[in-house]
Amino acid sequence: MKRIGHTYKEEEMINRTRFDLSTLVPTLSAVLALLVHLLVPNSPRYTLKPLPYFTILLAGVIAVTLVLAALSLFSQRVRERYAFKSWFIAAFLLLLNLLNIATLKLMLLPVIYFPNPDRILKVFADDWAFILKCLGYSLRLLVTGYAIGALAGMTTGILVGWSRKWSYWVNPLIKVIGPIPSTAWVPIALVSFPTTFAASAFLIALAVWFPTTVLTSSGISNVQNSYFEVSSTLGAKAIHKIFKVALPAAAPSIFVGIFNGTGASFITLMTAEMMGVKYGIGWYINWQKDMLSYANVYAGLIVIALTFSLIITLLFRVRDRILVWQKGVIKW
Amino acid sequence: MVERLTGEIRAENLRKEFIRPDGQTVVAINDVNVAIKAGEFISLIGPSGCGKSTFLRLVAGLARPDGGFLLLDGVPITGPGYERGLVFQDPTLFPWLTVFENIAFGLKVRSTYHDKKQEVQDMIRLVGLEGFEKAYPHQLSGGMAQRAALARALVNHPKVLLLDEPFGALDAFTRMNMQDELLRIWQERGTTMIMVTHDVDEAIYLSDRIIVMSPRPAKIECIINVEMGRPRGRDLPDFLRLRARILQILDFAGKREEIQYYL
Repeated sequence: MKRIGHTYKEEEMINRTRFDLSTLVPTLSAVLALLVHLLVPNSPRYTLKPLPYFTILLAGVIAVTLVLAALSLFSQRVRERYAFKSWFIAAFLLLLNLLNIATLKLMLLPVIYFPNPDRILKVFADDWAFILKCLGYSLRLLVTGYAIGALAGMTTGILVGWSRKWSYWVNPLIKVIGPIPSTAWVPIALVSFPTTFAASAFLIALAVWFPTTVLTSSGISNVQNSYFEVSSTLGAKAIHKIFKVALPAAAPSIFVGIFNGTGASFITLMTAEMMGVKYGIGWYINWQKDMLSYANVYAGLIVIALTFSLIITLLFRVRDRILVWQKGVIKW
Repeated sequence: MVERLTGEIRAENLRKEFIRPDGQTVVAINDVNVAIKAGEFISLIGPSGCGKSTFLRLVAGLARPDGGFLLLDGVPITGPGYERGLVFQDPTLFPWLTVFENIAFGLKVRSTYHDKKQEVQDMIRLVGLEGFEKAYPHQLSGGMAQRAALARALVNHPKVLLLDEPFGALDAFTRMNMQDELLRIWQERGTTMIMVTHDVDEAIYLSDRIIVMSPRPAKIECIINVEMGRPRGRDLPDFLRLRARILQILDFAGKREEIQYYL
């Protein structure tokens, strides 16, 4: 049988050897940054000893991007994904380059508040153990408060959304207490709990509890009545209707509540740590700010950014796993 | 051999009222008396708003009568139960469950799933959904979704299956297929079937008896015995004659309502 065009095998061979120029753009951007860093002299006003960290970072980036570019030659999947992202990565590296020029090379910005990339990287090199410890403290507090808040929120949400009696007694309370930003409770929380840890965990729980409650209960009360009717003609009792119908049907809404709560919990965590909790990333940033070590402040901010976005990504993964039945129905 | 049939429905002086938003009471069903034999295929037909669906909901136990009796095998119906399965026009599959899980739902909530796992697979085969066990409802066509809904009700081995315009949303071709399948299942299972429909042909094609209802307050206009063997040719003279007769009755019932309305 004669075929028009390439056979599948030929197609695969072509794909295998195809080369995409944009897979080299990140490497070029990193090389440019490295050249600027090495060849352009530092500002004459910059008197501190030169540091090796930015050079190491850029060398590492060049190595990694080269490996990715090489892999792209062999795998279509890697090539497509990497080529798609490459312009963004290159732009980000260019931004680092410009930052380095503005701080180290030209000293356009006040050096105390805007340290050059080398100094920020040095913090990670010198202080990583302590930063990790602080991160551990933060996560312990966050997870404790978050778990309590989310569970309490879902429980209240189910009760209020399901039972008229609970709704009558509890709903007004939610309406009045809920909108108070949980950080406004700081003065009361600090004197009501034996430890600042407990007080902070309570505040975080409160921050998560409110949106989770509201969106769980509204999700449950908006479930189509026909689902309950069908389930009861299939033999479902109240307990099944709650856990096998109302809860899964309300899951999309519950997740919206949990996501709102996550944002609120981050804010509360930082505030709590800056106001009295010992250790933790927020405490670290605040402490370093008082010592005018802005390089450490930026390092802390970077750790927070990475951690929180990792948490959000994980939550999205969990949601996508649980709401797989929605795929193609609702897009985020 | 089919075991001794149960699933007899009897209504005596059945009455159901609704309170309209403006506070007025509307009688949806008034003084309905009917005896539906076990294993019988019954269609309820009549103009919209004549209380057919209300009757079905009463039998399902989703609504309570305001007067009279409604009995299943001589026992008053007090609430919903799995022995009276219900299929709506909208399949109302649970979108968060796969086809298999939807069909297994009844067994699971009754904690009999463990012993009857095989039944789910049998039901899937019975309604021709093999290969779609792991599909989610949004991936199904209308006809497939309705088959799944049918299987979900049937897996409980209901004594009575209540069908509220089950094929109303399907295209003509799928509808005829589904009618044949329903007949096959009915003949195999001997389940009492009570079906609400707007489609006179469908009623004649499927039913042992057709209950023609008059509009509000719903009364039974007449009960027609369909004395034809199965399968029924949709273009046989008997079929067409019966069709004309029912349409005439419906037309008359509709006109009377109009007169009442103008009075």
